[in-house]
Amino acid sequence: MIPQTFDYVRARTIGDALKALAAKDGTKVIAGGHSLIPIMKFRMAQPTKLVDIGHLAELRGIAEARRGAKIGAGTTYRELMESALLTERFPIIAECTAGIGDLQVRNKGTIGGGLAHADPAADMPAVMLALDAQLVLRSKKGKRTVAARAFFQGAFTTAMAEDELLVEIVLPPPPRNAGLAYVSFEQAASGYALAGAAAVVKRSRATVAACALAMTGVADHAYLVKAAEQLVGTKGEPEAVLKVAAEAAAGVDVLGDIHAPAEYRRHLAAVAARQALGKALERSKK
Amino acid sequence: MPTLFGSGIKRREDPRLITGQATYTDDVKLPGLVYAAVLRSPYAHAKVRKVDVKAAKAAPGVLAVYTGADIKDRVVPVPCAWNVPNCDLKVPPHPLLAHEKVRYVGDGVALVVAESRAAARDALDLIEVDYEPLKAVTDPEAAAKPGAPQLHADVPNNLAFTWVVAGGNADEAFAKAEVKVALRIVQQRLLPTAMEPRAAVASYNRGTGQLTLWVTSQNPHIHRFLCSVMLKLPEHRVRVIAPEVGGGFGSKIPCYADEVLACLASMDLNRPVKWTEDRSENYQATIHGRDHVEYVEMCGDRDGTITGLKTKVYAGLGAYASTAAPGVPTILHGLMYSGAYTIPNIHGTVHGVYATATPVDAYRGAGRPEATFLVERLVDTFAREIGKDPIDVRRKNFIKKEQFPYTVATGVAYDSGDYHGTLDKALGMLDYQAFRAEQEKARKQGRYLGLGISTYTEICGIGPSAVAGAVGFGGGLYDSAVVRVYPTGMVRVYIGTSPHGQGEETTFAQIVADEFGYPVESVEIVHGDTESTPQGWGTYGSRTTAVGGIAVVLAARRVKEKAKKLVAHLLEANEADIEWKDGAFVVRGSPDKKKTFAEAALMANVAWNMPAGMEPGLEATAFFDPTNFVYPFGAHLCTVEVDAETGVVKILRYIAVDDCGPQINPMIVEGQVHGGVIQGIGEALQEIAVYDAQGQLLTGTMMDYAVPRASQMPRIETGHTVTPTPVNPLGVKGIGETGTIASAAAVVNAVVDALSPLGITHIDKPLTPARVWAAIQHAKGNGGGR
Amino acid sequence: MTRPVTLRVNGATRTAHVEPRALLAHVLRDDLDLTGTHIGCDTSQCGACTVLVDGRAVKSCTMLAVQAEGSEITTIEGLAKNGDLHALQNAFWEKHGLQCGFCTPGMIMTAVDLLAQNASPSEAEIRHAIEGNYCRCTGYQNIVAAIQSAATTLRGAAPARAAS
Repeated sequence: MIPQTFDYVRARTIGDALKALAAKDGTKVIAGGHSLIPIMKFRMAQPTKLVDIGHLAELRGIAEARRGAKIGAGTTYRELMESALLTERFPIIAECTAGIGDLQVRNKGTIGGGLAHADPAADMPAVMLALDAQLVLRSKKGKRTVAARAFFQGAFTTAMAEDELLVEIVLPPPPRNAGLAYVSFEQAASGYALAGAAAVVKRSRATVAACALAMTGVADHAYLVKAAEQLVGTKGEPEAVLKVAAEAAAGVDVLGDIHAPAEYRRHLAAVAARQALGKALERSKK
Repeated sequence: MPTLFGSGIKRREDPRLITGQATYTDDVKLPGLVYAAVLRSPYAHAKVRKVDVKAAKAAPGVLAVYTGADIKDRVVPVPCAWNVPNCDLKVPPHPLLAHEKVRYVGDGVALVVAESRAAARDALDLIEVDYEPLKAVTDPEAAAKPGAPQLHADVPNNLAFTWVVAGGNADEAFAKAEVKVALRIVQQRLLPTAMEPRAAVASYNRGTGQLTLWVTSQNPHIHRFLCSVMLKLPEHRVRVIAPEVGGGFGSKIPCYADEVLACLASMDLNRPVKWTEDRSENYQATIHGRDHVEYVEMCGDRDGTITGLKTKVYAGLGAYASTAAPGVPTILHGLMYSGAYTIPNIHGTVHGVYATATPVDAYRGAGRPEATFLVERLVDTFAREIGKDPIDVRRKNFIKKEQFPYTVATGVAYDSGDYHGTLDKALGMLDYQAFRAEQEKARKQGRYLGLGISTYTEICGIGPSAVAGAVGFGGGLYDSAVVRVYPTGMVRVYIGTSPHGQGEETTFAQIVADEFGYPVESVEIVHGDTESTPQGWGTYGSRTTAVGGIAVVLAARRVKEKAKKLVAHLLEANEADIEWKDGAFVVRGSPDKKKTFAEAALMANVAWNMPAGMEPGLEATAFFDPTNFVYPFGAHLCTVEVDAETGVVKILRYIAVDDCGPQINPMIVEGQVHGGVIQGIGEALQEIAVYDAQGQLLTGTMMDYAVPRASQMPRIETGHTVTPTPVNPLGVKGIGETGTIASAAAVVNAVVDALSPLGITHIDKPLTPARVWAAIQHAKGNGGGR
Repeated sequence: MTRPVTLRVNGATRTAHVEPRALLAHVLRDDLDLTGTHIGCDTSQCGACTVLVDGRAVKSCTMLAVQAEGSEITTIEGLAKNGDLHALQNAFWEKHGLQCGFCTPGMIMTAVDLLAQNASPSEAEIRHAIEGNYCRCTGYQNIVAAIQSAATTLRGAAPARAAS
């Protein structure tokens, strides 16, 4: 397995990378390379030039941001799991990340690379949707912020323009006393999600005050489940949870493949949704 | 003195493997090395109108490009080496590179040789092939139907053979029987997935006319023979070296076209040529396993007596008859339809069928897992039908210990066994009654627990050469060893078998060291190089120890016999008075008159004082041809819990009690069991090769073919009993395949048992969550299973 | 077009002249003659190619050599120190944690990283940590035992070092 030839430059600054992308000549960004290199080996992607942002310290790191957090796009999955800040404030990130790839992939793969790749079955997009993450994009022309909820548009398709680079993920503070949970059922070979659900539930005393539920692996891109709002005002009783979970794939063109026919995937989506909501409710009590 | 036989000593092959110092085929580097790459068909079935290689030939670094038309008159097509008789076997030509037609996705169309791996790969993109696509058919049952796409000109209905095995009178038994059960079983296609992909390094020297081939082979002598045939080179000018080989599981038995093409290119270019497959190439172009569609029936009486078994099997061969392919679903499968039981009436029909898919050949167990699976599924189904405990039904029908040797209805004579013994031991490890009580309790709570039993026996240690000849195997099935003792007494043993992970460098050294009263370090086992090893037939069919190991012990004893004669001469004693005691030759009654084996070795090698007529030197060759196969056996128990909501199967316990006779190295035996069982669990729960209607392999990478991972697999609890075989002087049987032969049936029986309250009687493996869930939905919808 | 790529490999500075598209695994094997690192798949699944890059286990078939420029790389050949096997190497040998040996170098390198993160992993943690390393021979059981055993050895060694 050998990729097609290409030119390679190592960016020394974000500016270098943005300049390379501004040429719009088929240049691709490489960070961890764990999404890009495999498809280049199969020659399904044949970029003429790679700009390597994997060594940019300015793209790495996790910091406090207005009681939430900001994560450099070049931060590896392993660094996410090792972050005390994330573990304390957004334990759902570690819960999700532990199931991404494997030890070696998490050592090298980056959160930004995974999000920009937008694999329909990737785990993290669902978590970003549930947390209402804001994605900071930069190009030579400037900087804009796109909500994760507007970012994922289709299989391997995002709101990012050809000359843009995802530089940072901003997580708004989690609601007080919120419960967060990610549950997924994995495809046995790839480890990707057949159906994954991320839930964020906030209670006010016993009553659910806010609820976000996002799904991945089910359709061509991760999405937010509208019906989650129906949990608000309930006490999170099993019947209410079931009702929401039953809507986890409502109105969605559910994927079907050799691993999970659409009917089964639709069912798994409901199970994942129910379990994620259940866990989130449980955790929100604490 | 403590013997090494029976001792779980550390493996002697490990130091090089754990330090990165081992040499696998792709590690071989030679001066002037160039690289080959194969262009493979993207179509399952198509006419090849034109192959344009002009641009590829002109590309930088490219040294040669071959098409099928270029080479067809220079080489002999890939032979099939197991021409099973009496079944009207049709073996159509299998060109090294397709020229008129491609017949599966992955069929080779052109070969590029270039100065670098990258240049060879780049040039593949420059070859233009004009294909005329034809209809594909990959399922063996569908391929045998009238009107199916036809692969080969002289093979009507794609029917390669129809093989029948019969004993007793099955029709009569079924007509008379009180109870009949039937199943349709699909034994899915599997991808062997040795972790090391195949590779070849061919080096031809024009000056000497010698070809040396390093190749990922389980049987270098077979490779030598087949290469010589295909290349039309005299066999004594071909040297084949199987260096370190990273697993085979049957997939490295065949001699493949690409390996021979590397040789041809080396002969043309007078430079060494390396070819190494990618994993995706491996999944397309290295043999697959299993691929049966089976209609099977069992009959018997309400008291639990099994009286008959019938099968009709469509065995997929893929596009061509691979090296051992016809023998796998016939000799290695149908002859085992009696399982561990006295089934007096058996009738089996196996249709071998060509289809537009990768050739199928021996994969761990090769025919025997399919036999065990169908028999064990039928026994469970029969027991359920008559409302008896499957344990009791098994016990009732087992061949009893005192009945051995026992000839079953298919005609083969089982050498030895104690099936009650292994079953009792396994049940004891499980605590059978406690599990049934727990299962009952769980059912009341709406949970689905199940117990699966697989009491198998299998035919291995293949086998007598006369039988090989009689069943059309194109070679012998004896094996060989040369024991060579150096002047200092150190020993090298050259063997005809070719282990690749099974540990015989250790176990064979244990045997020899015991014979000579040596520490194991004094003995080195050499294998894999046809230049130094005697004619042998390789490592497969769990034959290495039961056949090759016996050759080793015979050669060692021959050497020792000579040493004893020499010692008698040196000590001026009567040979009859020389005894072997505490690791030395001693004159009986004169304990101070003795010589160690090493002292004898020195005297033999310097030959200063030899008895009259004795030749100098100390070495011996032995060829061992067994009088029968050996039949290891055992009882495997699996308990599972099925999550009825998601279809996820969780293995709670897996107990394997096996009997392979005396164990030379129990640590290695246990390792073989672990690995074999997990391969069978993979088959039961998650492994399947899937083609779409166009014949595209949808599980073409590890992203879609679910090789078992550590996190998905259970611990295995092992136990054993010891029933020596009378077939060989060590009493040993094979253990390399038993785990895989036994375990798929145990797991599937467990899941069906768990779901039996829903009326489910069968689910085809692999029991993926999606399949189990669908079966549950179906059962709930129908008020019963399918 | 080739370019020089300089790496620190097993403690030595090594330079290879390679194309940007050259995978680290290929460069280690073909250019630097470190064939202990193996390639078993195309899709970053099997882990046979695992090496340590700056101390962390990485699949070298999914990394370009140019990406590794300036990095510290440890391969299986560099694990034993002064002829003494690493505790993991010994444990794999002792516990029969390998058969054909093809997956073993990658498996051991992953285990090095695991034990650096977690000195006392449970069986479940070990199985999770090596899920990106496929073994077709052993059924994993003895690999798990080997890693547990090495962990015990390394834990035992640590206080002893501190005391001396």
